[in-house]
Amino acid sequence: MDCITAKKLSFGEWGLSLILALTAVGAIVVAAKAWTPEFAFHAYLFAAAAIASVFAIGNRYFARPAYTPQEIDGKPNYNFDPVKFATLAALFWGIAGFTVGLYIALELSWPIFNLDLPWTSFGRLRPLHTSAVIFAFGGNVLIATSFYVVQRTCRARLAGDLAPWFVVLGYNFFIVIAGTGYLLGITQGKEYAEPEWYADSWLTIVWVTYLLVFLGTLWKRKEPHIYVANWFYLAFIVTIAVLHLGNNAAIPVSLFSSKSYIVWSGVQDAMIQWWYGHNAVGFFLTAGFLAIVYYFIPKRADRPVYSYRLSIIHFWALIFMYIWAGPHHLHYTALPDWAQTLGMTFSIMLWMPSWGGMINGLMTLSGAWDKLRTDPVLRMLVVSVAFYGMATFEGPMMSIKSVNSLSHYTDWGIGHVHSGALGWVAYVSFGAIYCLVPWLWNKREVYSLKLVNWHFWVSTIGIVFYISAMWVAGIMQGLMWRAYTALGFLEYSFVETSEAMHPMYIIRALGGGMFLIGALIMVYNIYMTIRSPEPVALGSRAAFVPGE
Amino acid sequence: MQDHSDKKANEKAGYGTTGHEWDGIQELNTPLPRWWLWTWYASIIWAFCYWIAYPAIPMVSSFTKGVLGWSSREAVIADVQGLQTLRGPMTAKIEAASLADIEKTPELLSFARAQGAAAFAVNCSPCHGAGAQGSKGYPNLNDDDWLWGGSLDTIHTTLQHGIRWDADKDTRSSMMPAFGKDGTLKANEISATADYVRSLSGLPTDKGADLALGQSVFAANCAACHGDNGEGNQDVGAPKLNDKVWLYGSDKALIMERITLGGGGVMPAWSTRLDVPTIKSLAVYVHTLGGGQ
Repeated sequence: MDCITAKKLSFGEWGLSLILALTAVGAIVVAAKAWTPEFAFHAYLFAAAAIASVFAIGNRYFARPAYTPQEIDGKPNYNFDPVKFATLAALFWGIAGFTVGLYIALELSWPIFNLDLPWTSFGRLRPLHTSAVIFAFGGNVLIATSFYVVQRTCRARLAGDLAPWFVVLGYNFFIVIAGTGYLLGITQGKEYAEPEWYADSWLTIVWVTYLLVFLGTLWKRKEPHIYVANWFYLAFIVTIAVLHLGNNAAIPVSLFSSKSYIVWSGVQDAMIQWWYGHNAVGFFLTAGFLAIVYYFIPKRADRPVYSYRLSIIHFWALIFMYIWAGPHHLHYTALPDWAQTLGMTFSIMLWMPSWGGMINGLMTLSGAWDKLRTDPVLRMLVVSVAFYGMATFEGPMMSIKSVNSLSHYTDWGIGHVHSGALGWVAYVSFGAIYCLVPWLWNKREVYSLKLVNWHFWVSTIGIVFYISAMWVAGIMQGLMWRAYTALGFLEYSFVETSEAMHPMYIIRALGGGMFLIGALIMVYNIYMTIRSPEPVALGSRAAFVPGE
Repeated sequence: MQDHSDKKANEKAGYGTTGHEWDGIQELNTPLPRWWLWTWYASIIWAFCYWIAYPAIPMVSSFTKGVLGWSSREAVIADVQGLQTLRGPMTAKIEAASLADIEKTPELLSFARAQGAAAFAVNCSPCHGAGAQGSKGYPNLNDDDWLWGGSLDTIHTTLQHGIRWDADKDTRSSMMPAFGKDGTLKANEISATADYVRSLSGLPTDKGADLALGQSVFAANCAACHGDNGEGNQDVGAPKLNDKVWLYGSDKALIMERITLGGGGVMPAWSTRLDVPTIKSLAVYVHTLGGGQ
């Protein structure tokens, strides 16, 4: 009946077009009156993106059918196009982020690579690297997998018509604003929250839309219960929204200036920054990626999840305890002792809840361990969970004050972060991408499992180089800083510690280079998978109905 | 894929599923692993004990101090006091002794050199280099060529009050005029003077260099500080120009740059940042590097 309805511009289409057109006008006014050329550039980018979006909505209107059914022949009409876009965006940003990471590793080894230019200095490229890998690569993986998993496990088409596209494109536009901002020197100087007020405001709009799309899809679900992966995705989306708003409470100097001032001050600002910073790890880099574990490992291993009970207990324990652990980033600072104590003790209590996810990920393989020999994708997923376990043991250990007094401010922290970032977050993402791409593009399997195997081994050796170099560098640095002579004087100067770490820095760059090579192998493999003509084998994933 | 019969594997695990299924995924109802649960309980009990022992719970205007009475501030004070106790007797002796006596007494000398080396590494090496070898504009402290004097007392005074450090009224000050920038000397005069300066230490000069002009310009403008033959003057920090040691370099272009721009290097007055024994130890350390007079 609906199918014969004449095609009409939907409320969403004309409403969003109107808002975007007004945004474009506003952005041009701001650009004209901007205090700095950098801010004007960003305002023009906003205007250009808004105008391009209006045209895209128009084009899409002429191309789309009059009516998009929720189901076709009783099967959900999944919306996978935004998922495809986010998957490819993740690959692009991943390579960009790893490359910048390698470059700044070379800058640390040989400072000549700073090129004596402000745009290429370590101070600007470092946030470009961290944001590119965490928010651009990791964020696109989370958006892609969450939009995929929530549809499949709810047996419902993604809520909203333009909204999923708005989330995917809007998020990537935020990445462009943030990244170009760092290069141009626009930053509010808060670690992992460097973008200024206007980028933060834009992200807020995108993120709330993301939450609504996700909730809307859960609301439409055809399954009686909500699958565990969706609890984790939801916790990730909700908590990141709260953290983002709390940590970025800022007052702009002017509507025409990129500069703003945070409303918090002094030790309160530091505490809120690390409440944010640590939970960005806890909810962005842990909860979100545990959701990937809960869908992709049982799916790939073709085994049931090890323990439903464990998933409930460790989920609630994890989200309750993580939120308290931030103060362990501020041990032995002006932060009151009681807050430091709470940060440390909650980190220790968090150890087992974190390991609950590891146990559920690993033990899901019981009865299918032999697949690790033959399936490098599954091996990547499982090794990621092992790295997760290692990093979530190391983290609580480093939060113990006496350990922290050695490890804090040293490269041990960098090693810890990268065992989590490379071994856990990136590996589980790679595993998910290797699963997802054949499913999305209707192929039976990735182009070459042999190349996956190469990717696995090259990057695993790279990770081992990286983290062992940073462990050695960090512990050596910490010991040198605190070394006293028998007469009671400092044994080493700062520059002597830097000199001692130099060989480790070179090994770190080597490890990072290998990790990048592995990722490039993946990109080639994915490219060949997508362009391979092989049709989907009937039976395995035939439940697909192509979106639109 | 091989046949991994769910039923068979589940029977092996000994637990059934919850009965739900999402996109083909089922969940076993395995109980919580015992070791996991007990380790978690233990960490929670440990946390409660820690809260009793250490500062932990925020109250209205303060917080619970913990039965051990530990506080991070007192711990820092205790650490610093421990160091002071360790160094105390010797630093007291350094403070009391004269610079010359410190150098003559082996026990004091070795302590002063240790303290001086540590202080040098942190405070002085950024400019003078880790081995006190200096760099362009920053003097080498290992040689016997001194700008403001290489005796124990003059080194000590330089350390205390700095060089051209305006915040200290006793700072060492002098300023070479910017002969070129201020228009005092013309380009050909600067060029000739640079050639003449090079000739003072036997360096080759440009072909057709007007050494006579250079000599007369030098005598009129430079000799007052640098001496008639470029022998320098430590009272005003004027470098010796007739030796092979060059602060900014011996290239003609570099010498012309100095004549054109004038000025001089700056060193902080350390008496506001370092205590008396540390500065004395630094003076002894620098004096004994090899070039002390």
